[in-house]
Amino acid sequence: MSEGTTAVRDRTVGDALRQAQQAFAGDVGGALFSALGVVGLIILVVLAFQNPGQFFQILIYGLTDGALYALVALGYTMVYGIIELINFAHGDIFTLGSFVALPLLAAFGVDEGQAFGVQIVIALVITYLLVMIIIGMVNVTIERIAYRPLRNAPRLAPLITAIGMSFVVEGLMYIWRGPSTLHFPDLLPETGWIVNTVRIGVKDIYVLVLAIILVTALTLFINRSKLGKAMRATAQDRDAAQLMGIDINRTIAATFFIGAVLAGAGGMTWGLYFNNVNFALGFNAGLIAFTAAVLGGIGNIQGAALGGLLIGIIAAYSDAYWSPLWTPVVVFGILILILVFRPTGLLGMRVPEK
Amino acid sequence: MSVQAPSRWLDPKVWRKRIAKGARDRDTVIYAVLLIAAVALPEVAYFATGSTFLVSQWADAGVWVLLAIGLNVVVGFAGLLDLGYAAFFAIGAYTYALLASTQLGASPLHHSVHLPFWLLLFVGMFMAAAFGAILGFPTLRLRGDYLAIVTLGFGEIVPDVFRNLDQWTGGINAIGNIDQPTLPVWLNGPWADLPLEFVNPFKFGFDPVPYYVLILLLVVGSVILVHNLQKSRLGRAWMAIREDEVAAAAMGINTVSTKLLAFAIGASFSGFAGVFLGAKLSLVGPDNFLFIVSITVLVMVVLGGMGNIQGVIVGALVVYYINFNLLTNLPNNAVAAANALGLTWLVERHGDWSGIGDETQRLNFLLFGLILVLMMLLRPQGLLPSRVREQELKHSTDITLEVK
Repeated sequence: MSEGTTAVRDRTVGDALRQAQQAFAGDVGGALFSALGVVGLIILVVLAFQNPGQFFQILIYGLTDGALYALVALGYTMVYGIIELINFAHGDIFTLGSFVALPLLAAFGVDEGQAFGVQIVIALVITYLLVMIIIGMVNVTIERIAYRPLRNAPRLAPLITAIGMSFVVEGLMYIWRGPSTLHFPDLLPETGWIVNTVRIGVKDIYVLVLAIILVTALTLFINRSKLGKAMRATAQDRDAAQLMGIDINRTIAATFFIGAVLAGAGGMTWGLYFNNVNFALGFNAGLIAFTAAVLGGIGNIQGAALGGLLIGIIAAYSDAYWSPLWTPVVVFGILILILVFRPTGLLGMRVPEK
Repeated sequence: MSVQAPSRWLDPKVWRKRIAKGARDRDTVIYAVLLIAAVALPEVAYFATGSTFLVSQWADAGVWVLLAIGLNVVVGFAGLLDLGYAAFFAIGAYTYALLASTQLGASPLHHSVHLPFWLLLFVGMFMAAAFGAILGFPTLRLRGDYLAIVTLGFGEIVPDVFRNLDQWTGGINAIGNIDQPTLPVWLNGPWADLPLEFVNPFKFGFDPVPYYVLILLLVVGSVILVHNLQKSRLGRAWMAIREDEVAAAAMGINTVSTKLLAFAIGASFSGFAGVFLGAKLSLVGPDNFLFIVSITVLVMVVLGGMGNIQGVIVGALVVYYINFNLLTNLPNNAVAAANALGLTWLVERHGDWSGIGDETQRLNFLLFGLILVLMMLLRPQGLLPSRVREQELKHSTDITLEVK
C-alpha cells in the first residue's frame, strides 16, 4: 500500500470520529440527555407517589446536606473563577473550621445538655465570627505562601502546592487532635415539627437559613461592593484589571479570605449538625463540593449554590432508594453525564479561550 | 558500504567520539546513570543487607515509574490534565486478577479462568487503553479543567464499582491467590526444577528478583517507546495541541483522534503497571486505586518536570522514596537515633508525650505536604524540565514583560 492511500484512510477515520463527536455534542446528545433526565424524573415521581412521607423526608435531608456542600463549593468556585486554580486545600480549610470551633465553644463554657438559651446563642454568634476570621486569615496566609509566588509559574505548579497544602492542613489537625473522630457538642435544640409524617427539625431549618443568608450576602457583596467589582474584573482579565488600577494581590487575597469565611462557617455548621468531625473529613467533602461547583458552572456563584443543593439531594435519594455504597458512583456518574452534554455546567457561560 | 559498516561499528575512535558526545548531553547521562544504577543496585543491596527486601521495594518503585511515564504522555505531551489515572491502573490490575485466579469460580460464572500472564499483560494494556478511549471520546472536547473533573469522577467511580460488585470481584475483601507468571521451559533453563544449590532458578514466586527484572524490562521498553512517540508525527501533534489547540486544528491536525490517542496510549501504560502489580502482590483490592494514587502520580510527573521523560522517572523515584521509604521509616529511625544518643526518655511514653516513634509518625502528613510545597516553590518547572518547556517559559515571561 502506498503512502498516499494510508494517509487518506487515516483522515477519513479521524473525520468520522470528529463527526460522531460533534453529533454527540449537538442534537443527538441533547435528545439523549433530555431523555435520561425525563426517565430520572419519572422514577422520582413514581417513588414520591408510592411513599410521599419518605420522599419528602429524604428531600429535607438532601437540602440540608446540599446547603453545607454549597457553602464549601462557593469557595472553590470563587478561587477558580479568579485564578483558575483547583484549590485542593479548601476542603481541609472547611474541616479546620470545625476544629477551631471546638476549643472556642469550650472556652465559652457551653456544652450539650444545657437548655438552649441566650448564653448558647451569644456563644454561637461570637464563635462563628471568630472561626470565620481565623479561617479566613489561615487561607490568606496559605495563598501568600503557596500560591502567590507561583502566579506566573506553569499552570500545574500551584495545583501541586495546593495538594501539598491540603496535606499540611490535614497534618496539622492530625497532630493537634489525633486520628480519631471527635465529638462536636450538640448545641442546637432537638425539637422540630411533624407535618404529615415528615419531620422538619430546627437544625435542618437553621442550616438552610444560614446558608441562604450567607449566599445572599455573598451575592450582594460581589455584585454591589467595590471589592466585588474588582474581583469580577480580575476574574475576567487580570492584566486589564491591573491596568485599571486594581490591586491584584489584594483582590486575590480577599477572594481567598471570603471563600474561607464561608468554608469556616460551613465547617462549624457541619459540626453542629452532624456532631462529629474527623481530620480527614475535608478530603471527601471537598471533592463533592468541588463537583458541585463544576456542576453549577465553575466561576458562577449561583451555580455553585445550585450545584451544592442538587448534589445533596441526589446523594440523599441515592442513599435512601439504592445504597450508600453506590452514591459516589451516582454522583460522579451524573457529573460526567452533565459535563459531557453541557460542558460548562448548568449555569456556566461559555468562557473564552485564554 | 557493507564492508565499511562493521569497521565503523568496531572503530574505537568512533566510539570515543560517541561517548564524548553523550557525556555532554544531559539526557544521555541521566539515562546512563539510571540504567547502571538499576542494574547494579540489586547486587549491591543483596550483598550489603543479605536480603532481597530492597529489591522488592524497587520493583514497587518501578510500578510507579511506569505509571508516571504513562501519565506524562497525557499531561506532559498532550497537556490534558488527568486526575483519575488510577482508574486505568485499576482496570489493568482487575483484568489480570479476574482472568488469572480462582475468583471467577466463586462468581455467578462458576468457572475460574487461568490465562497466562504474558498474554494478559497485553490484554490488560488493551483494556486500559480501550477504557481510556471510551472515556475520552465524549469528554475530550471539554475545556481544560472540566476534563480534569471528568477524569476525577471516573477515577472515583471505577474503584467504587469494583468494590460494590462484590459477587464478581470479592468487593472489599479483594482478590487473592492470583497466579504467578510462569516462564516457558526454554527460558527457565535446563536447571529449572533440579535441586541445584549453586544456581537459583529464575522463577516467579516469592523471590522479588524476577519481578524486578521484569519491571525493569517493562520500564526500559516503555521509555524507548515513549521516546520514539515523542519524536514521531503524533508526538509533534500532541505538542502543537498542548500549545494552542485552535492553531493546531487550523494546521490540519485532527484534534479529536490525536487527543484520543494520547488518552488511550497514556492509559495503556497503567494497564501494564496494573497487571504487573496484580502478579507481584498476588492481591488486588479496591483500596489500591484511590484518588490519592492518581494524585501521587500527578505529583511525580509535575515535580519531575512535565513532558520530560527522564525528569518524570526521577520525579517518580524521588516521590516514591520520600513517601514509602523516608517517611515510613522515620519513626523507627527517630527511635533508633534517640536510643543511640542516650535520650531514652524521649522514646518512653509519659503524659501527653506518646514516645518519639508515635510522635514522628504523626508528622508524616505534614512533612509530605511541606516537602511538596517547598519543592514546587523552589523549582516551579520541575526537577528536570524539558528543554522545550524551559524555552517556552523563558519566552512567555519575556512577552508579558513587554506587555507590562
